[in-house]
Amino acid sequence: MTTNQNKPRIVVVGNGMVGHHFIEQLIQSGANQTFDVQVFGEEKYIAYDRVHLSEYFTGKNAEDLSLTTSEFYKDNNIDFHADTKVVAIDAPANSIRLDDCTQVDYDKLILATGSYPFVPPIPGHKRDNTFVYRTFDDLDAMRECAKDCKTGTVVGGGLLGLEAANALKNLGLETQVVEFAPRLMPVQLDETGGAMLKDMIEGIGVDVYTATATNEIVDGEAAFHRMNFADGSHLETDLILFSAGIRPQDELARTSGLTLGERGGIEINNVCQTSVDNIYAIGECALWNGKIFGLVAPGYTMAKVAADHVIGNNSLAFEGADMSTKLKLLGCDVGSIGDAHQATQGAKSFVYQDEISNAYRKIVVSEDGSKLLGAVLVGDNSYYDTLLQYYLNGIDLPKEPQGLILPASDGAPAALGVDALPDTASICSCHNVTKADINAAVAGGATGVADVKGITKAATGCGGCAALLKKVVDNELLALGIEVSTDICEHFAYTRQDLFNLIKVEGIKTFAELLDKHGKGKGCDICKPAVGSILASVWNDYVLGKEHVALQDTNDRYLANMQKDGTYSVVPRIPGGEITPDGLIAIGDVAKRYNLYTKITGGQRIDLFGATLPQLPKIWSELVDAGFETGQAYGKSVRTVKSCVGSTWCRYGVNDSVGMAIYIENRYKGLRGPHKIKFAVSGCTRECAEAQSKDIGVIATENGWNLYVCGNGGMKPRHADLFATDLTDEELIRYIDRVLMLYVKTADRLQRTATWMDNLEGGLDYLKDVIIEDSLDLGAELEAQMQHIVDTFQCEWTTTLKDEKALKKFRQFVNADEEDNNVVFVEERGQIRPATESEKYELIAKAV
Amino acid sequence: MNWKYICHQDELENEIGTAALVNGQQIALFRIDEAEHIKIFALSNWDPFGKANVLSRGIVGDLNGQPVIASPLYKQHFNLENGHCLEDENCILPTWQTKIENGDVFVAVN
Repeated sequence: MTTNQNKPRIVVVGNGMVGHHFIEQLIQSGANQTFDVQVFGEEKYIAYDRVHLSEYFTGKNAEDLSLTTSEFYKDNNIDFHADTKVVAIDAPANSIRLDDCTQVDYDKLILATGSYPFVPPIPGHKRDNTFVYRTFDDLDAMRECAKDCKTGTVVGGGLLGLEAANALKNLGLETQVVEFAPRLMPVQLDETGGAMLKDMIEGIGVDVYTATATNEIVDGEAAFHRMNFADGSHLETDLILFSAGIRPQDELARTSGLTLGERGGIEINNVCQTSVDNIYAIGECALWNGKIFGLVAPGYTMAKVAADHVIGNNSLAFEGADMSTKLKLLGCDVGSIGDAHQATQGAKSFVYQDEISNAYRKIVVSEDGSKLLGAVLVGDNSYYDTLLQYYLNGIDLPKEPQGLILPASDGAPAALGVDALPDTASICSCHNVTKADINAAVAGGATGVADVKGITKAATGCGGCAALLKKVVDNELLALGIEVSTDICEHFAYTRQDLFNLIKVEGIKTFAELLDKHGKGKGCDICKPAVGSILASVWNDYVLGKEHVALQDTNDRYLANMQKDGTYSVVPRIPGGEITPDGLIAIGDVAKRYNLYTKITGGQRIDLFGATLPQLPKIWSELVDAGFETGQAYGKSVRTVKSCVGSTWCRYGVNDSVGMAIYIENRYKGLRGPHKIKFAVSGCTRECAEAQSKDIGVIATENGWNLYVCGNGGMKPRHADLFATDLTDEELIRYIDRVLMLYVKTADRLQRTATWMDNLEGGLDYLKDVIIEDSLDLGAELEAQMQHIVDTFQCEWTTTLKDEKALKKFRQFVNADEEDNNVVFVEERGQIRPATESEKYELIAKAV
Repeated sequence: MNWKYICHQDELENEIGTAALVNGQQIALFRIDEAEHIKIFALSNWDPFGKANVLSRGIVGDLNGQPVIASPLYKQHFNLENGHCLEDENCILPTWQTKIENGDVFVAVN
């Protein structure tokens, strides 16, 4: 790079996460063209993601964690020097000096020197086999040493200490944590929360010593070190890792005469200027308003503010930062918000503690109970996001704020109504869409979710916010006095339940007939599959029949699950997970012949991935010949019935869970519903089949079966509720028949059993009345409808393979025999997987 | 205009997509039967959001009077007549003219 003497010069000292973010801000604003930018980093690596440093031990390398590349810096005129230490600042002369005595002049100097790990001055702290946890080099040295060690100890039980403990554990060491304070994470957690976390961490095999001061470290007898504690006890360990907090790296500023805080840190103002106007400090080396911020987010904000000021915009200011955090430490959820210690005058708290499943939640509220001041969560972070919204936006708390931390199944009020959400609340994080953006779209004339999606892009990323988006949109429409439509779509002015009744009562057999009598237009991807599903639930006709095929989503149309690259997966039914060796061999043969990726599913079946459209009929004809039938893994339909081995093999089993699982799977296979339906049967209360997480869960007792209903996994997991106990086989099946058919008839489109039950007025008790007491006198009808489905089951693949016309649909192209050249596989762990974009690009480049 | 023969109209089913290969380009064809005649729409088979050749396998329908195809991957809708994406105005798929002669389906290529 040529240096242009006329351009003003920016020099950045430090190339950590914050220093790099500053560079990114310069590049984003185009300032890299108008300034000469030089960066000096002390490490030999370019900026990397220190927050995820631990992943260096779980498979990621330095390159994976790197935040940028030297090419990127070069392409953007950033002059980067790694492995270079800056030793002095001559502020009056506007220059710095490097360790090789080179002098570098600047117009603006940015100090992003970060922090260093604090090592308590215990006698012996400099012995061999002691480490800190900050850089790749630290981790490399530690990993090398760990090879010859059996035990490792972390000094410090804060955030980073616990993360380091996890790293030691991953290195295969027996691990201990020694904390000086009376509890773990003393900054973020209160006494009970810390104690609960200690129990959980000890539960996974890490010993925790709290309120323990180390007096000295000397030679051990059985291990490399012996740590002698203040109370006279001791601990022997091979490796010691210090993680007792951080201190600002302010040495350079100190020797250069910049103003520091009493306990260190480079003092900065609201635009990150130090006591010398053209020298800035950002990140963990900076002291703002007497505070050091040891998180990356505030550092990023500082970088943004400083860059803005350096290039002369002066439009931003640093106004402090929220230090709330949520983490998963050693597999345990921990969250801390605001005033976790109830330090605010007059503050009151609510506490929920569950020692059985290890959960602790506390909220700290203002004296009058109107505002949330802080919170502590241990064991379950699902409450964090809502609480943080209350805290950050100062939303008025509900009358009984304890509802915010009570388990959801206690009938507590819904956590945060959408009208209580502030305008700044983020609804779609993929596209950074706030509630205000959505309301603006509605005010601008959007009349439904589809419109709002088009305008704001909300819910078009991962789609996880779709339900929340709908609530916000409906809420705003209502607020504007616009009637919120419950119509399934623009083609039918009815709900799914209305359509179900119309189809059933009027004996309607096709979509065309329904559209003709009750709809308008041609239909769409909302109503077509919904009606297709209802027709299948009521009449159970062949879904690829002439009248029905255009209604089916791609999965149902091709009787397989479409994957991201347009290929399909194949899942033969394996009822109850029971399979013969011959069956296994047959599946293996097919997978090998067609070079398919194979994986055992969570539902005890075998998934075969990577089948192209034209391969599907060939694969299935071999599977059908080998005695398999469709697993309907593609449909909104009954999927799997998971089971343990039950009384047949297990020492504890009290009933034949496999037999019951197979019976249930065969009874309900082919049943289509508003959403997919899963079952499990456990042979005893040890619950190895995890039946309580399923739509229908069955657990054997000494006296019969216990039935659980309406649980699910997925995005919002929910435990099933105990519905009836000690049932006979006949009672069990009768209740399942009735519950499932009532669900199929009355649930909304894509509504899971859990939401369906929650939305029934009276919930579980009402459902028990209808099913067990037959309060609506529906029992016999529901059973008869289910029996119709059972009696008319056909394997869709067997039928399809006999239908020449249906088979034509599986051609890749109507006019050519070629294959889709965008489907490219690479090998990983001995099997195929779809090539990534860059791999495809490389493969094509190589071919040319 | 250079018309390329694709297939007979009976190879295409009402409201169902079918993929075709024309000069190395993947095209999704959709047949829609009207009371008096048959309409054939042709647009790119490439889903630019899902990055796969799958549009022919989506569900055909109409929204606000426009004939559309919904992608089977992430459900964006594309206008069958002009290729416009309803969810993202910056995204427009290539389309091709079509005609039927004596039951044979043709696509216009350059």
